[in-house]
Amino acid sequence: MSTATPSRQPVTGTAAAPRTRRPLLLDLYGTAVGKKYAMAISGIALMGFVLFHMIGNTKMYLGAVELNEYAEFLKKLLYPLAPKESVLWILRAGLLGMLALHLHAAWSLTVLNRHARSVRYQSARDYQEASLASRSMRLSGIVVLLFIVWHLLDLTFGVVNTVGADGEFVRSEVYANVVRSFERWPVALFYVVANLLLGLHLTHGAWSIFQSLGWNNPRFNAWRTAFARGFAAVVVIGNISFPIAVTIGIVSV
Amino acid sequence: MTRTVKNLTLKVWRQNGPDDKGHFETHVIDSITDEASFLEMLDVLNERLIDENKEAIVFDHDCREGICGTCSLMINGQAHGPQRATTTCQLHLRSFNDNDTIVIEPWRASAFPIIKDLMVDRAAFDRIVESGGFITSPTGGAPDANLIPVPKPVADAAMDAAACIGCGACVAACPNSAANLFVGAKITHLNLLPQGQAERYKRAEAMVDEMDEHFGSCTNHGECSAACPKEISLDVIALMNKDYRSAKFKNRKQLSRK
Repeated sequence: MSTATPSRQPVTGTAAAPRTRRPLLLDLYGTAVGKKYAMAISGIALMGFVLFHMIGNTKMYLGAVELNEYAEFLKKLLYPLAPKESVLWILRAGLLGMLALHLHAAWSLTVLNRHARSVRYQSARDYQEASLASRSMRLSGIVVLLFIVWHLLDLTFGVVNTVGADGEFVRSEVYANVVRSFERWPVALFYVVANLLLGLHLTHGAWSIFQSLGWNNPRFNAWRTAFARGFAAVVVIGNISFPIAVTIGIVSV
Repeated sequence: MTRTVKNLTLKVWRQNGPDDKGHFETHVIDSITDEASFLEMLDVLNERLIDENKEAIVFDHDCREGICGTCSLMINGQAHGPQRATTTCQLHLRSFNDNDTIVIEPWRASAFPIIKDLMVDRAAFDRIVESGGFITSPTGGAPDANLIPVPKPVADAAMDAAACIGCGACVAACPNSAANLFVGAKITHLNLLPQGQAERYKRAEAMVDEMDEHFGSCTNHGECSAACPKEISLDVIALMNKDYRSAKFKNRKQLSRK
């Protein structure tokens, strides 16, 4: 007998009724656990960016020609196979998308968490495991975001950079722009502080990735914290060396 | 054996019902033996309040053996008080110093509304267990013992997760009121064992979705595990996340046949 199988309710009486299904990714993003996946995946993308941004910038120690050529190389990625700047713009779009996803997930999870404890504890909490890094993720994240805005205005758009010798900000003169910017000590200080907070953000975030993605294995669990701290240290030490190098005169025009 | 006698000052949260604003009330405990448990101290205080024709402090308790998960209390900012791996009922006054001031608050989470004073309604946990914390078990004669082989390490890991008594300390301790440790423990307990495989992915999806209706999200502070009287590991949260992701893909394959 070949009769069509009638659609049935779940066998167990207590099982929840089937929910209306959205497309897979939206469905996943609809829950807090799914949003943590988004946080982790976008976090990995952003970590990849900060690492290669730092590595690229060390060309500053090789002189103006090397750094400016590197900037030119980024514009010509895969050229002549792809049009000039096309690959760069694809990377930029991906990066902005990941940043937007990271921010949206963080924002909506924060709102959820505030609602989850509408009346706060009336006495002081005595935290046992929560670290400075984990407790200050939102603060460090906001400072890093503000820093990114400043950083783009300073070295990409030149709006807050000191005007060049010819009275005009020349974007392709990366080396000179960086040196001129960091010669102002408050800028150098802001850069150092923001990067230290980025490091704090990474020590918790890079560890959290493993938990959020369900990557748990007793054979490598001990390395998860070590990886997070090591990664944060490499990025921070590299990044803060640039303004310090300019301030003490190792790198100058 | 010499008994040490202590004097303590208690600041206890009093709240006359779910909608009352609530306030701290100060009580002085004069000379109580430090062999008394924390709840026995509250019993002594309540006896005195009743004698004085005042209303006794309402708090949850049942077995007083540390295995039922009924007692709660935020003591000096820590769920179940300062001693690790210990429920409030198994906490004794020897963990405190003479003349200490002890602040006692109820669990605080939107999903755990206060019923009165220090008693909260933890029915949200029941909703989660109802949604998937069970296995399909055949009716009829009892099967032979050890009929289903379970590798020893798996049995141990499942047992560690099954030690969860559902007290809610993880939610209380979590800065986000997340229940991931509780739900992770329930999912790990059943999903690791052969008996739990039939509903494995439906369970993961249903319990996580139900959790989402009540609680906050995990930010990996680790406060839950530190507060847990059964020392459930954060590993259960990672397993829950993994099975939830798998469930989303597996269930869709099944449903697409409709």
